Amino acid sequence: MILQTKAVSKRFGGLMALSQVTLDLPEGEILGLIGPNGAGKTTLFNVINGVFPPEAGRVIFLGRDVTGRRPYHLAGMGLSRTHQIVQPLTELTVRENVMVGACYGRERLGLGPARRRADETLDFVGLGARRDQLAGSLNVAEKKRLELARALAAGPRLLLLDEVLAGLNATEIAALVQTVAEIRRRGVTIIMIEHVMHAVMNVSDRIIVLDYGEQIAEGSPEEVSKDPRVIEAYLGDPNLAARLAGSAG
Amino acid sequence: MIETILASLIDGVLLGFVYGLAAMGLALIFGVMNVINLAHGPTIALGMFVSYFAFTSLGLSPYLALIPAGVFGLLLGMVIYGVAVHRVINAPHLSTLLATFAVNMILIGIGTAVLTTTPRNIDFRLGSFVAGPATILWNRLAAATATIVVAGLLYLFLQRTRPGKHIRAVTDNRAAAELMGIPSSRVLALTFGIGSMLAAVAGAVIATLFPFNVLSGGGYELKSFLIAVLGSLGNPFGALLGGLVLGALEGVLPGVVPTTWVPVFEFVLFVLILLWRPTGLLGGRQ
Amino acid sequence: MNRILHPGLWVALGLPALVGAWPLLTGSPANRELVFTILLSVTLASSLNILLGYTGYVNFGHIVFFGLGGYIGFYLMSAHSASLYLAMAAGGLGAGLLGLLLGRAILRLRGAYFALATIGVNEAARAFVNNFKPFGGPIGMSLNFQVFSEYGGATDALWLVYRLMLLLTLSVILVSFAVKTSRFGLGLRAIRENEDAAEVMGVVAPSAKSWAYTLSAIFPGIAGVLFFFKNGNVEPIDAFRLHTSIEVIVMVMLGGAGTVFGPILGAGVYQRLRGLLLVSPVFKNIQLAVAGALLLVIILFVPAGVVGWLRHRFPFLRRVLE
Repeated sequence: MILQTKAVSKRFGGLMALSQVTLDLPEGEILGLIGPNGAGKTTLFNVINGVFPPEAGRVIFLGRDVTGRRPYHLAGMGLSRTHQIVQPLTELTVRENVMVGACYGRERLGLGPARRRADETLDFVGLGARRDQLAGSLNVAEKKRLELARALAAGPRLLLLDEVLAGLNATEIAALVQTVAEIRRRGVTIIMIEHVMHAVMNVSDRIIVLDYGEQIAEGSPEEVSKDPRVIEAYLGDPNLAARLAGSAG
Repeated sequence: MIETILASLIDGVLLGFVYGLAAMGLALIFGVMNVINLAHGPTIALGMFVSYFAFTSLGLSPYLALIPAGVFGLLLGMVIYGVAVHRVINAPHLSTLLATFAVNMILIGIGTAVLTTTPRNIDFRLGSFVAGPATILWNRLAAATATIVVAGLLYLFLQRTRPGKHIRAVTDNRAAAELMGIPSSRVLALTFGIGSMLAAVAGAVIATLFPFNVLSGGGYELKSFLIAVLGSLGNPFGALLGGLVLGALEGVLPGVVPTTWVPVFEFVLFVLILLWRPTGLLGGRQ
Repeated sequence: MNRILHPGLWVALGLPALVGAWPLLTGSPANRELVFTILLSVTLASSLNILLGYTGYVNFGHIVFFGLGGYIGFYLMSAHSASLYLAMAAGGLGAGLLGLLLGRAILRLRGAYFALATIGVNEAARAFVNNFKPFGGPIGMSLNFQVFSEYGGATDALWLVYRLMLLLTLSVILVSFAVKTSRFGLGLRAIRENEDAAEVMGVVAPSAKSWAYTLSAIFPGIAGVLFFFKNGNVEPIDAFRLHTSIEVIVMVMLGGAGTVFGPILGAGVYQRLRGLLLVSPVFKNIQLAVAGALLLVIILFVPAGVVGWLRHRFPFLRRVLE
C-alpha cells in the first residue's frame, strides 16, 4: 500500500467535514474520489497532504506515519498535488513555476537539471510554447496544465489531482484523460477528485464516494454507479444520476 | 500601598479610555477591509489641531470641538481612501501598507512645514475632585465619558442604521455583499472615513489632556497597534477593552519598574501578543 | 559557473564600483562623504531586498540590525579596545544572531502582522538600549580620539572606513545576485508569490525565510559598526531611527523590489533627490512629504519600480538589468 488513511476525522468548528474515512491505496492504482459538493473531498486531500492535521485518525504514506506533518515534508517524500482553485506563482515564468516543483520535490534537482526537467514536463503537458511567459498571463485551462506540470516535475510517487478536468471542453478532457493514463503508465499512483463523471468512471480502477464527510460507497466504477446510496446522494441533480446510470451501463 | 496602586490604576484606566478611542478607528478599518492604516498617527495629530484652532480662534469649548474634528476626520479619511487606498485595495498587503504609509509621510511632511513642531496646549482645565485614595481630574473623567459616548454612537450606527449594516455585510463577505447590490467601494470609503473620524476625535480628546505638536500622533499610533492587537485587530470594541488594559498597565507598571523601562515592556508585550494570539483577547478577524 | 559571466551581475557591480572609485581617484573628502552615504544606502537597500523583494515580507524595522550591530561593535571598540575588524565581525555576527533568533519567532506571522512585529522589535530595541547602562543609556557612547591613531590618524581612518564600506557594498551586491540566481532564491520567490502553494511544492518555508532574514541582517550590522566608528559616537536615537527604515523601503520600491539592480538604482536616485531637496529652500521642510508622494506614486502606478518596469517593458533588457 502506498497510502493508507485510518479513520481520519476532521472538524471545523461545529461541522464534521470528515468522519472516519479509511482507505488503502495500492501502488499503481488510479483511485477516483467522488461525491456531491461539500462532501469533504478536498478536505481529505488537505489532511493527506499536510495542509491541516486531522482531529483523529492516521495517514500512512510509504509505510511511514505522516499524520500532521507539514506539506513540504510530504512533497519531499514524493507526494504532489494540484489544487481545485489554481495557485500559479504569477510573477514567475511558466518554466520557473515548474522548476520550483523540480527543485523542491522528491528528487531535489539542482537548477540546471531542474530546468531540463521543467522543459520536458512542459512539453509533456503541451505548454512548451509558453515557457518564458509569466504564469499570470495564462488562461485558466493553461493554468491547470501548469499545476499538473509543476506537480509532475517533482517526480512524485503519488499524485493527488483535484478537479483537474473542471472547466475543460470535451476535446480537452479527452486529451487530459490520456495524459493521466500515461502518467500512471510511468509508475505514478493517482487519486483523482472529479465531477466529470464519464471521465473519472472510465479511467479509474476503483472509486470511493464521500457524502457529508462519510464514505458511503467503495468499489469498481460499475458497482458504485449502481449503488442506491450513491444515487440518492446525487439525487438533487437528476441529470447526474442519469449519467451515472448511463455511463457504467 | 494598596491605595497608591489603586489611585494609579484609576488614573491609568481613565487614560486607557482615551487610548482605546484612539485605537478604535484603526481596528475598525482593519476589521472591515484588512488594511492597516499607517496614516492613523497624523490623523490623530490633525484632530488635535482642529480642536486647538476651534478653541483659540472660535472660542469653542474643546468638548464641542470634537464635532468639527470628527467631520474633518471623516472627510480626510474618505479622501485618503479615494486617492491612496482604492486602487490597491485588492493588491497584496504590501501595497496598502506602503500606500497608507506614504500618506503618513505626506501629512507629516506638510504638517511640520505648516504647523511647525512648536508644542501647543489647550488651556481648559476643569479642576479635580477627591474620591477615596485617588485625585481624579475632571478633564480625564470628561475624556473617558466622551469615549463612552462615541463608542455608543458607533455601536448604534453599526447595528441600527442602513450604512452601518452595509459595513457589517461588507466585513463579513465583500463579494456576497456586492452581489446583493451593496456598493462596496462606497462602503469602504465610508468605513475609512469613520475610522479616520474616530482617530481625529481621539486626537481632539487628547488635546484636552496634554500639550501636543504635529508629531504627537506617532506615539499614539504605536500604542494603537499594541492596543488593537491586545483587544483584537479587527474589533473596535475590543480595541476599547485593549485600551483600558494598556492604561491600567501603564498606571501600575511605573510602581514596579523604573519608568524608562515601561516602553520596553510594552513593545515586548506587543510582539508576544502578536505571536501568541494575533487575533487578540476578544478574537476577531484573522 | 557561467553565472559569473552574466551581464546583469557586471552591471550591478560595475556602477557602484565606478561611483565608489571616484572619491578614491579625486582624494576629495567631500566626495568621499557624499559617496559614503550612497554606499551605505545601497547596502541597506540591497540587504533589505533579500527579505522584502525576494521573499515578500515587509520589514519596517530593518534598521534594528544597523543599530544593534553598530552598538555591539562600538561597545567592543570603546570599552574593550577591540580592533575595527573584530568589531565589524562582531557587529555582523551579532545582528545575524538576532535575525536568526527573532526570525524563528516572528516569521510565523504573515503580511501586516509581521510588519507590525518588526516595528515593535525596533522600538523595543531602542527602548532597551536607552536603559542599558553598559551601552551608555540615553547618552550613548563616545570613542576616545586616541582610537583613530591606531589607524594612522583621523584622516587615514576615514579613508579606511570608506574603502571598507565600498568592499561591503560590493559584497552585498554579489550575495544578492548569488541568492537571486540560486535554488534558494527560487524558493524564496515562490514563497513571495504564494507561500502555501510553495510549501505544497516542497519549499521548507520556515527555514528559508529564517535564512533570508538572517542574511539580510548581517550586512546592516557591519555597516552600523563602520558608520558609528566614523561618527565617533553612537546614541539610541541615531541607531534605531524608524524613519531611516522607511526610507530604505522607499529606495527598494523605487528602484524595483526583487531585482538585484533595483535597490542600487533606487538608493542612488533617492539620495540624490534628498540631497537636492535639502539644499532647496522651498523643499527643505517638506522633504518627507515629497518622499511620501514619490512612494505613493510608485505604489499606485509603478509597483514594480523602475528596473521592474524596464524589464517588463523591454524584455531584451532582462539579461542586463538583473
